[in-house]
Amino acid sequence: MSWFDRLRRGLGKTREVLTTDVRDLATGANVDWEELEFSLVAADVGAGIAADVVEEAKRERESGTSVREALEAALLDQLEPDRRRQTLRRVGFDLDVARHRVEPAGKVVMVVGVNGVGKTTTIAKLGRYYQEAGKSVAFAAGDTFRAAGSAQLGVWGERLGIPTHVGPDGGDPGAVAYDAAAARAARGHDLLIIDTAGRLHTQHNLMEELKKVKRVIGKADEGEPKDVWLVLDAVTGQNGLQQARRFHDAVGLTGVIVTKLDGSAKGGVLLPIVRELGVPIKFIGVGESAEDLQPYDAAAFVRALLGGDADAA
Amino acid sequence: MFENLGDRLQGAIQSLRGRGRLSEADVKSALREVRVALLEADVALDVARDFVKRVEAEAVGSETLMSLTPDQRVIRIVRDELQALLGGDSVQPELRSDGNVWLMMGLQGAGKTTTVGKLAYHFKAKGRRPLLVAADTQRPAARDQLEVLADRVGVPILKVEDGEAPATTKARLDAALREDFRDLVLVDTAGRLEIDEALMDELAALDAAVGPTERLLVIDAMTGQQTLPVARTFDARIGVSGLVLSKMDGDARGGAALSATHVTGRPIYYAGTSEKLDGLEAFHPERIAGRILGMGDVLTLIEKAEALEEAAEDGGLSGRPQDFSLADMLHQMRQLKKMGSFGEILGMIPGAKKMMPAGADVDEGELARVEAILSSMTDAERTTPRLLDASRRRRIARGSGTTVQDVNRLIKNYEATKKMMKKAGKTGRLPAGFGG
Repeated sequence: MSWFDRLRRGLGKTREVLTTDVRDLATGANVDWEELEFSLVAADVGAGIAADVVEEAKRERESGTSVREALEAALLDQLEPDRRRQTLRRVGFDLDVARHRVEPAGKVVMVVGVNGVGKTTTIAKLGRYYQEAGKSVAFAAGDTFRAAGSAQLGVWGERLGIPTHVGPDGGDPGAVAYDAAAARAARGHDLLIIDTAGRLHTQHNLMEELKKVKRVIGKADEGEPKDVWLVLDAVTGQNGLQQARRFHDAVGLTGVIVTKLDGSAKGGVLLPIVRELGVPIKFIGVGESAEDLQPYDAAAFVRALLGGDADAA
Repeated sequence: MFENLGDRLQGAIQSLRGRGRLSEADVKSALREVRVALLEADVALDVARDFVKRVEAEAVGSETLMSLTPDQRVIRIVRDELQALLGGDSVQPELRSDGNVWLMMGLQGAGKTTTVGKLAYHFKAKGRRPLLVAADTQRPAARDQLEVLADRVGVPILKVEDGEAPATTKARLDAALREDFRDLVLVDTAGRLEIDEALMDELAALDAAVGPTERLLVIDAMTGQQTLPVARTFDARIGVSGLVLSKMDGDARGGAALSATHVTGRPIYYAGTSEKLDGLEAFHPERIAGRILGMGDVLTLIEKAEALEEAAEDGGLSGRPQDFSLADMLHQMRQLKKMGSFGEILGMIPGAKKMMPAGADVDEGELARVEAILSSMTDAERTTPRLLDASRRRRIARGSGTTVQDVNRLIKNYEATKKMMKKAGKTGRLPAGFGG
């Protein structure tokens, strides 16, 4: 089963409502916009944005498009982090490009997130993704807090044949990151992915620690990390926006990765995150195996959400 | 978007003020706001809709009571319904004298393994003899993680081998129990998606083999609309006897908690409140109602304060407000620190968050600086702040790694506080603004 199919299956409930509506439309019945709005809320889009999307879709409808096209346009609009592109899209430019590979801006990527979202597993998948793209990759096990946190990444590194920089349990995560960044620069790896311990965004001291880790990476390797990616669990509700906001304030996010989209969760909280923070989505995780991490593409995501054809992607 | 549900309810319902009798349209528009507010707190859609329907049925058409204005009455109904939804008293899991087997389950990353560690710690302290079973063969190093926790708590662990049949696990468990008396077995299972049939079957098989006395579903407090299908499926497939809500120390409003209780009809036993082993509290349903409504959690605050008071034997306050010294200030600060971070405490005081400017954060670093300054003073200086001349202040600044300006500011603040306390002492109450 392709990732697209999995995603589509996961997003099935939303789709059922939508297809019913389209059928109703064909027989001349009215669209139940309220029910549509509810189904968006049930996808964790948030009550505010769900209302906006429906309003926008209603407007689009007036210009004669189908319900489906109208919704697709309204959702894509919300998922466009770049204001300029959003304007272009609104005036009718088609900006959809083929799915692309995600290239990190620099040589070091720092991965952050709250507890239990799947950071370490995601890093393993990222390692494999870039390895297959022909890069030499290294890991740094910066989760020195959780019992056996470093061991978990170490196991993955061994499986994938990726050198993993491990510090002592309970050691200073800054020191691990510093050593790993310095080692990467010396050995000339193309990419270093640094794991960090999960932390709730409300914990002041731990967020300060995260800032420090980012700072010391820059001391070992000037200008790095150019990327800081937030890993977000798809089951997260409206609190996800708050998480993203706090991490963004602390360490400046350059991307978001959504995990566990293969469940029945739809990851709707992405919409408020993209809209409020303008941080792009980089990858989506749709399964446990390493190849289930896929570069994110807004158009395909929306099509899957609405139940489009896999061929069209 | 994260303003208190309580504020929003008040706002929504205020529009009803001044009406003698509530029309259906009035109530409908106010309740639409209520529903949005519930959804923003991650209350499940179905639950929110039911809830609003019940409130509507109760509010429409009924005559205004003598004592309550229509808006007050709706707020009352909302509050009562919310409390009813959450169930009544705090419930604890059933614990027999021996033969207790608890099965922990949930999605990946819900916090099962950490919760097992906390439960072991909690019950060991109460004189129980826990045994941990590491049955998470899916995630790399999951069993190592539990082993580290077992070591920290000082309890034995039984590790399930890769691909081990549930019957074998049961046999090994029985053998271990014959050798060493253990009255509480905590089984940590792999996280799984509720739609993963194969893994759910596996869990059902393990469940059938070990025959747990409690089946605990661990749910992340930050979960959104997915709580409903997750709780429903685990309950249907395995049966849930109680819930543990993890990561309650975040700023999630806890709608997930409400929805999960509603759908399973099972109580929430515990709430996880930190990453440390002692971060587990008995769950009090009425308190989450307060939290969702943004009414604070005074009860927890009082309890924490009481626990501290009992523990504090080292010289309390000197009594009369005019005698309030720097030593008392230091003592109070240390007491306060024991109750949790400042932000946490503020969250428990009704209305306190509202009084803070938007986006303001408590600077815990500032508190540390104040403590450092106070600690750098001599006992004499602390009890008699008049002694603090320029030279002493210079010394204190050096000793605490701060500046003379910091020291001056602290002393100024202290004097202001003392003045305020004198005033309060005279009128017998705190000056305006402290009532919340």
